[in-house]
Amino acid sequence: MIGEAGHFALALGFVLSLALSVLPLWGAARGDAALTEAARPLAHGALLAVASAFGFLVSAYVANDTTVLSVVQNSHSLKPLLYKITGVWGNHEGSMLLWVLILALCAASVAAFGGNLPSAFRARVLAVLGWVLAGFLAFILLTSNPFERVWPPPPDGQGLNPLLQDIGLAIHPPLLYVGYVGTAITYAFAVAALIEGRVDSAWGRWVRPWAVASWSFLTLGIAVGSWWAYYELGWGGFWFWDPVENASLLPWLAGTALLHSAIVVEKREALKIWSVLLALLAFGLSLLGTFLVRSGVLNSVHAFANDPERGVFILGLLLFYVGGGFLLFALRAPAMAPAGLFAPVSREGALVLNNLLMCSLAAVVFLGTLWPMFADFLFGATVSVGPPFFNTATFPLVVPLFLAMAAGPLMPWKRAALWPAIERLWAAALAGLAGFVVALAIGGWNPLPLFGVAAAVWLIGAAATDIADRAGLGRTSLANAWNRAKGLPRAAWGAAIAHAGVGVCLLGISGMGFASERIAALSPGQAVAIGAYEWRLEGVRDAAGPNWTSRRATLTVLRHGQPYAVMEPERRFFPIGRQTTTEAAIRTNLLRDLYAVMGEEEGGRAVIRVHYKPLAPLIWIGAIVMALGGFLSLSDRRLRVAGGARRRAAAAGAPA
Amino acid sequence: MSGAVRAAPRRPAGLRRRKHRRLAAVGLVLAGLGLAVGLFLSAIEENLVFFRSPSDVLAAPPPPERAFRLGGLVEAGSVERGGAAMAGARPEIRFRVTDGANTIQVVFSGVLPDLFREGQGVVTLGRLGPDGVFRATEVLARHDETYMPPEVAEALRRAGHWDPAQGAPPPPAGWNTLNPRGGGG
Repeated sequence: MIGEAGHFALALGFVLSLALSVLPLWGAARGDAALTEAARPLAHGALLAVASAFGFLVSAYVANDTTVLSVVQNSHSLKPLLYKITGVWGNHEGSMLLWVLILALCAASVAAFGGNLPSAFRARVLAVLGWVLAGFLAFILLTSNPFERVWPPPPDGQGLNPLLQDIGLAIHPPLLYVGYVGTAITYAFAVAALIEGRVDSAWGRWVRPWAVASWSFLTLGIAVGSWWAYYELGWGGFWFWDPVENASLLPWLAGTALLHSAIVVEKREALKIWSVLLALLAFGLSLLGTFLVRSGVLNSVHAFANDPERGVFILGLLLFYVGGGFLLFALRAPAMAPAGLFAPVSREGALVLNNLLMCSLAAVVFLGTLWPMFADFLFGATVSVGPPFFNTATFPLVVPLFLAMAAGPLMPWKRAALWPAIERLWAAALAGLAGFVVALAIGGWNPLPLFGVAAAVWLIGAAATDIADRAGLGRTSLANAWNRAKGLPRAAWGAAIAHAGVGVCLLGISGMGFASERIAALSPGQAVAIGAYEWRLEGVRDAAGPNWTSRRATLTVLRHGQPYAVMEPERRFFPIGRQTTTEAAIRTNLLRDLYAVMGEEEGGRAVIRVHYKPLAPLIWIGAIVMALGGFLSLSDRRLRVAGGARRRAAAAGAPA
Repeated sequence: MSGAVRAAPRRPAGLRRRKHRRLAAVGLVLAGLGLAVGLFLSAIEENLVFFRSPSDVLAAPPPPERAFRLGGLVEAGSVERGGAAMAGARPEIRFRVTDGANTIQVVFSGVLPDLFREGQGVVTLGRLGPDGVFRATEVLARHDETYMPPEVAEALRRAGHWDPAQGAPPPPAGWNTLNPRGGGG
């Protein structure tokens, strides 16, 4: 029963989103207010339908309804309730439904919070979102129905990949999808503007909060995914340049470029055409990521044959949306008059440089990620492109980025002189130098990470300089400067905090360069040491959980010979599905991680690998700080999505 | 072009400026793209990692300084866990990788991934020593026991030992005695 109801709700959602994609456009073109206004209830209706379909699927998982194929393949009655629920999006069909649910949520939130948009423009934005929604609902209904039935039902499900039975899976995909799908909103704003043939500073103001929100969620989603890989896969790394990771990095880079260029559109009415192009590109890259992950095309072109139908369908959607967007762009962009002149050295110029570097980075990552596919098509060679390529190729782009990032916010609009901006950064440069010396004293000569630390401290210092400068620190009394700092717009604080977050994250990444690792086969009583820390194996024992058994090692950590902590890495065995996972033990004090992994046992000895990772937690703390900066600027009165409407209503003296 | 000619008498200076700016914008975009492609080309040549089956390696051994990926099946009964002589020493694992036609000896020092098994597909990253022993720096983890790395499946198929259409591969212990092409069943 649950399956049928869910399937029906999906079909209903499809019909509603089809209506959403046609009626408001027609209404806006003909000036029919009723049809134009139909966009909002239609968007809410589509959300209701998709949300109830999702609810039905969750309840099928919770009730372990084995008449539903997706439940049979991915769940089991013995699984803890939390993982029964999160298992809903641990597979292709369910995660696609989550994707569409978030898209419907985005459309509904544009309908609910887009009160400041002109009615016709809002209708067009919602109609474009309706197109996307209808396309992906058709994809689900035709190729990936999560409510596919099985008859007769098997007695129980086959379980979920144990790696996915983790709290990381509960939060990583939803956050990431909000980020991915958020690019659909900026895309819809761009296409709606192209349909109307008008991009102005108001467009920049409208699109910016959505770009910032999408970017903040994407940042969090990528960070959680990286953290999950760090502790769950037990390799001790945080970023592997894996195609799937790169697929999430590409829209992030384009989104970062967009949210910066949208500032220029809003403040100076320049870079309009470019920003529209970026919005199309960001959505295209986010769809490309979906395509790469879902079709299996990246492992090898042969894997494509496993599910050609899905891959081709998503490729078709990608070509339709992005191709259609670019076609419209080619027709309309030449007619848009550029405005807002600026000198190369200016705030605008710095933001152009940001865009240039971000897009070049995206192009390098794109080429490296897709190269194995091209090489197979063109030369028939099975190749892979690993971390050494990405590290070598991105490095020359990242260095000028970090230099320019510090100076950009200090430059005035329109026309600036380079020297005053650099001059104001002397304190940050001094701090960077100090960071370099301190890192050299502690970690020894290791050029790349040392310069990383220097750049990181410089970035944090530059962000502090930015705030201090705006507050007039040094030109006025301390109390006065403090008050002015408190009164600064939240968008200014948000930008500075996000930039500082990049510095914090870079500090963590540089710290990884100083990390050390040791592997040893230990008998109970033996120890392995890194620096002041010593890990002593006390013993290995059996343990058990709700659906697994494990071998758990007990390690006593000694610091300068004194007992400091106990770490218990383990290897879990999941009888359902017969799989083993490695559970790393991590002991953190937020400035460094102690990391221990247990390997195989042989003749009374256990292979133990230990890591000492200075500054590692800062990688994720930095990402959280970046996202916090984004959310803080979202709360700025000037940026708030409905802010304009409220202000206008207040000015008119009538409550809206 | 024609637009410029028609509008020329009215606002020549503005138009010229606009044209210049458009040119500058296009130039900037091309410069960014060129930069990206340049960086890609300079880095890809040295860092491209080829996949080789044991037969490929024996036919044309890659130079010792070149890292590549060696893949195949872990030959049954070939895994030796050494390094036990010294307490607390770095463990060293030796095993052979086969594609049915040829085998390569592999040495790896580290923690093996959870799904490393005799008779299962494996992909290792490393360099070939002058003694013909492959020194692996990484043994790639796979997330799923039923998963066969596509490169490995392709290598087996090329060696004539397995038709993927006929289900799971035969046990690797007897691979070298199998009659190429005649196997299956």
